[in-house]
Amino acid sequence: MAETEVSKKRKRPIVRLAVLLLSHSVLVSVICCTAGVFGLLLLPVLAKNTYISENALMPGSASSMLSNQEVSEANKLIKELNNLHSNPLGATTESHGIIAKYMSNLGAQVNNHKFHPQLNQFHPLHFFSGPDSGVMQENSTRSLYGINTVGIIRAPRGDGKEAIVLVTPYNAVKGGVRETLSLGIAYSVFSLLTRVTWLAKDIIWLVADSQYGEYAPVAAWLRDYHTPAFSNLDSLNTETCHVGNNNFESKISYGIRRSGTMAAALVLGVAYGNENEDTLGIYAEASNGQMPNLDLINIVHYLAVHRQGLRVKVEQFHWLLNSKWVKSLGEVFESLGKMVKTLNPDWKLGISAADYVEGAATLASSLYHQALGVPTGPHGAFRDYQVDAITLEFSLRISFDRLDRRNDFLLHGGRLIEGVIRSVNNLLEKFHQSFFLYLLTSPSKFVSVGVYMIAFALLVAPLPVVAASLYAKTLDLNPTSEKDKSATSNELGSVLQSWKWLNSVKTVFVVHFWGATVSLLPYFISQIPDSDPTTNFSVWILLSILSLEILRWILVSPSSHIYGLPQGEWAILKSATISSFFIGLGLMSVINFATAEIGALLMVPMALMAHPLKLDVRGQSLRSILRMICNLVLGVISFPPATFFVFKGVIEGFSGIKAGDFWNWVESLWAWNSATYLYIGMVHLPCWVLCVQILLHPC
Amino acid sequence: MAILLSRRSNLLAVVVLLLCQLFLYATVSSSGSVLKQGGGEEFSEELLLKPFPDRKVLAHFHFQSRAPHSSSHGRHHHLFPKAIAQLVKKFRVKEMELSFTQGRWRYEQWGGFDPLSSNNAKPPGVELWAVFDVPQSLVDVYWRNLTHTLSGLFCASINFLESSTTYSAPELTFKPSFGNLRYGTLPREAVCTENLTPWLKLLPCRDKAGLSALMDRPSIYRGFYHSQRLRLTSSESGSDEVDSGIGLDQTLTVVLQPSSWRTGKTYSVETNIQPSWSISSIFGRNIPGKCVIAKSSNVYLQLDNGLVGELKNLERENAKYVANTFESEGFQSNHAFKISVTPDKVFEEVDNLHGKSTSVIYGFSVEKYSDSQPFDLGLTWKIPVVWSCQQAPLHASRFLMGSGNERGAIAISLEPTESSEGLPTSHIIDGRCELRVDIFQVVPWYIKVYFHTLQVFVDKQPRAMADVVDKIRVSPSKDKVSPGVMEMILKLPCGSKSAAFSLEFDKGFLHIDEYPPDANQGFDIPSALISFPSFNARMNFSEDEFLNNSPILSKFQETSPVLSYTEVLLIPLTTPDFSMPYNVITITCTVFALYFGSLLNVLRRRVDEEERILRSRAGHKAGWISQLLSRLSAKLRGRPQEQPTSSLPHSFISFRLVLKILLVASIAVTWQYYFG
Repeated sequence: MAETEVSKKRKRPIVRLAVLLLSHSVLVSVICCTAGVFGLLLLPVLAKNTYISENALMPGSASSMLSNQEVSEANKLIKELNNLHSNPLGATTESHGIIAKYMSNLGAQVNNHKFHPQLNQFHPLHFFSGPDSGVMQENSTRSLYGINTVGIIRAPRGDGKEAIVLVTPYNAVKGGVRETLSLGIAYSVFSLLTRVTWLAKDIIWLVADSQYGEYAPVAAWLRDYHTPAFSNLDSLNTETCHVGNNNFESKISYGIRRSGTMAAALVLGVAYGNENEDTLGIYAEASNGQMPNLDLINIVHYLAVHRQGLRVKVEQFHWLLNSKWVKSLGEVFESLGKMVKTLNPDWKLGISAADYVEGAATLASSLYHQALGVPTGPHGAFRDYQVDAITLEFSLRISFDRLDRRNDFLLHGGRLIEGVIRSVNNLLEKFHQSFFLYLLTSPSKFVSVGVYMIAFALLVAPLPVVAASLYAKTLDLNPTSEKDKSATSNELGSVLQSWKWLNSVKTVFVVHFWGATVSLLPYFISQIPDSDPTTNFSVWILLSILSLEILRWILVSPSSHIYGLPQGEWAILKSATISSFFIGLGLMSVINFATAEIGALLMVPMALMAHPLKLDVRGQSLRSILRMICNLVLGVISFPPATFFVFKGVIEGFSGIKAGDFWNWVESLWAWNSATYLYIGMVHLPCWVLCVQILLHPC
Repeated sequence: MAILLSRRSNLLAVVVLLLCQLFLYATVSSSGSVLKQGGGEEFSEELLLKPFPDRKVLAHFHFQSRAPHSSSHGRHHHLFPKAIAQLVKKFRVKEMELSFTQGRWRYEQWGGFDPLSSNNAKPPGVELWAVFDVPQSLVDVYWRNLTHTLSGLFCASINFLESSTTYSAPELTFKPSFGNLRYGTLPREAVCTENLTPWLKLLPCRDKAGLSALMDRPSIYRGFYHSQRLRLTSSESGSDEVDSGIGLDQTLTVVLQPSSWRTGKTYSVETNIQPSWSISSIFGRNIPGKCVIAKSSNVYLQLDNGLVGELKNLERENAKYVANTFESEGFQSNHAFKISVTPDKVFEEVDNLHGKSTSVIYGFSVEKYSDSQPFDLGLTWKIPVVWSCQQAPLHASRFLMGSGNERGAIAISLEPTESSEGLPTSHIIDGRCELRVDIFQVVPWYIKVYFHTLQVFVDKQPRAMADVVDKIRVSPSKDKVSPGVMEMILKLPCGSKSAAFSLEFDKGFLHIDEYPPDANQGFDIPSALISFPSFNARMNFSEDEFLNNSPILSKFQETSPVLSYTEVLLIPLTTPDFSMPYNVITITCTVFALYFGSLLNVLRRRVDEEERILRSRAGHKAGWISQLLSRLSAKLRGRPQEQPTSSLPHSFISFRLVLKILLVASIAVTWQYYFG
């Protein structure tokens, strides 16, 4: 019957939809990619205002208790420390003694913590490994050490299960007024907190010895706090030192003192401001794009703006602020917003062009710093132990020499810190209410994961569609040829037909294997003594090319070309490439979303457009010529070093670029155990090589 | 505070009865002379004050009630709280101790060697242990009932100790017992006045007269440490000793900050002078005489041996000063400090083998004071004195190691304190000098401790367990049934600089309804108990009749091991998103709706009829929109598009339908525009 035949042919709607998508894969990919890029550009418009999600925080509900008395005490400390800097000899130990004396005079428990700065070295197998595996390098120079001073206030009625950490980096050797001021702020708050009755969590004040960088001392202290080595044979922290001649604090132990689980950490810094206002910079990005809970940023922003009258800023790309196209884009969005508003006054989509530019610059910087996977300050060390931490950088408009101005500054800074500590102190549970996955577009605006995921999803969506359609097309090519032949004649051939993807997948696998080798190479190159970055970089490139050729020669045997179908091979190769890239991007978006987003932005158009140049040359239509030009441009841009140099050139100008810069950049990535390095080596670069192979395919 | 309501009504009745009794008693016996007739029941109240090196003052109240065994006097009591007597009788309690504590005892500053700290330093929250006089099989049942009763009696969630996951039965280290001891703690229990009030109700004078009148709630809760304790001992009626019967010791230990501290600008060097204080400045009240039915009512001022030694040194240096030594009876003023009231007695500790200085206790009797002439003891310092309290032989600290939500480790580190260097090490066993340390630790079941991972480090060298651990008793936790218990008896070599133990654990998962309300705070591991049985926290005084009658001083003379508690630990566990059940319900409902919708659709459809209806509709002419739509739908359906004339289904989207939709849409838009 005719009707039964029809119903047999009738497929389920979802299959029909898939077939429809596959047949229009070009249209789908164009629409999706455009929408993805558009969605990314639209993010500053879609950003929501931040709000304090956890009710227990109650920032600013209590009036500040910090008074001029504490400030004058802090001034004494600053004065004493500044006097030390006039005679630099022996300033190191003495400054520790002075800080320890001041702390213990307040009734806090004080101890010193000695650490060896760890040299940044590449450990190829230590990616993602927890901080507890931090192996002390035995060959690190033993003579180098720094001393942190730690003071702990025990909460009067608390049970000591939780603690709030205050960190002030301080360089005893070269520390200027800048650093003593941040000590002053911390000291004024600390002296207040020894007397208050409302404290429920212990307060730990860590004066980090920043002569080997600000990150290293904090990381070393955290490591010893959380994973002490009991069987440490060298007695690093055992001896006691005698400080001063006051017998009340004659001995300051080197044994680490502990409090409970850390609830939050604040890192304080003071910068020379050259702006018109007192500003407060917030740095939040930790390793691999991890962010502290948004509530922590919210309370700092709320208290700084509404209580202390400071202007809060987060990092921005300043070059974007002046760029013309961003401004014109902002104007377009502004007019669009106005138009939407005329339709319904309740739709608040529009923001002004200036706001858009600001938002875009902040968003781009936020995205970049998360993608880089390198922490933007000492707070990054805390994130490794699941502690929410941010760095606060105060900057003043006038120099610190004027005393009244300085007192005012200390009072405001101290009150801000006091308020934040009081809020966190109120917290019964750990930070969990607000967002952990977000991008900031201004200190008070954010884009949550639910919104920014859409742009990425749209960008990535065409990849499986195109891969499937390419594969389906090569299948479609064959039935016609097979029908011509008799079904019985060539069974081996038909088996090979159905397994023909194996060859391309093998190629893809080999190139990915090569990618892994390339990412391991810098470990060996960095062992070469006395080499400058430029030679390292060139050696790396040479070795990479060499290894690629060797692998091809060994693994891709020429015999496999016999049964391959020349006309369809590049399509299957492309299909396999795109699928592997899709999987790589998907994995990366879980580890570090921002990296995946930027990687997709760079690589997806290239992966989708890749088409053998020979065919385009033969085609000679406008379309094929356009495609050829696009392919060439994209092929150059999405090569990682090229991307880096173009980016650097746009920001800093093309004049000062050296070939070694890329090597330095990559070195910083692996030094910080950034997953971005793995992404570049094992997803991005292999995909680029495969795309180039498709472009140069001899068909 | 979870209170068992059913119990509560019973208890209310009990309390009311008790009150009536007290009232009757008070009216009958208004003079102290009747006390002796109280059927052998006694009540005495005492207060000990002690300055601490860190400018704080300890106030230790001790109320003791004794009753002979109830069988000899029927069911009635004159002084002794009936609620407690009934509890002892009903649950066959042999010994029991309940403590409510807020804050931490600071062993480094407040000492850990004397009997006061060994007995009264308790872990934060509630700690309860009890020994029952019943066969072992019944102990758990009696414990459960006891927790419920105490929960009602003290307005606290002690009833949570009923669950077998919260209590344990230590055998080796805690106290010598024969399987009828149970021990449980609630580290998170908040302590407040609602726990103090029922505790005060057990006193014959409540807080209306006597020493307990000092307990001004704001001032005693403003302190740095607050521990209220209740200890019961009962002995069989068979023995004819004086102590037979029930003994109830109620103590309240608070560490307070004299308010004069830092009122002025006293930041710098002058801060070394100790703050002067008086009872009225600390508590805001005076002692209005004794509680009339108390046998004795005394106040003591203790200067510990570190302070006395320091004072003696100062004295020696300034020998030219006045000749009066502070040991001399009746002195109230020397060059270092001044006591405002002349002490009635001075007790000096007899040299306790240390060859060092000994502590001094001044005794004051409150009996001669009254409302019109209240007792107010003050201590005024004249010169700065710096001293330190005697600490336990080893300072124990416990902490967590590792990071992440999967696993971690608990570490206990023991480090010798400064004062331990001079301690006698007379514990030589087999020619080796050894220090015995007992560790008792309870870990909740969701912290899955692997006891085989126990690592021991002495002097930063890993040691085999057998070298150091003398005895160990481990009962691994069972999921949702019992906690993990570890008891260790260690023999540490003398003079070792440090000792550390670490135990690894996995963090378990809880069922969603097992999480407490504030699950995101993390979960507590109760304090571990470290005891040093080879040291005795005991003070020797020269024999005096007075000493035996004083509860505090006789307690000081009892032999008890030096105890210290470690910190409570907070472990963050993985917590689910608690809105998850809602999401699951939503998704499940959607799936069900889809399933039943499609099922109904299949069942309802009659293919022939549909075709016929469609064919009948085919005659209608279709507009261009419907043609476009039908083309799209045909594409979606994967069929070639049929011509409109071929009488196949395209015309279900009729022009009229489209018109209707457009009409409705335009109405909606205008509505939105003008009224939205």
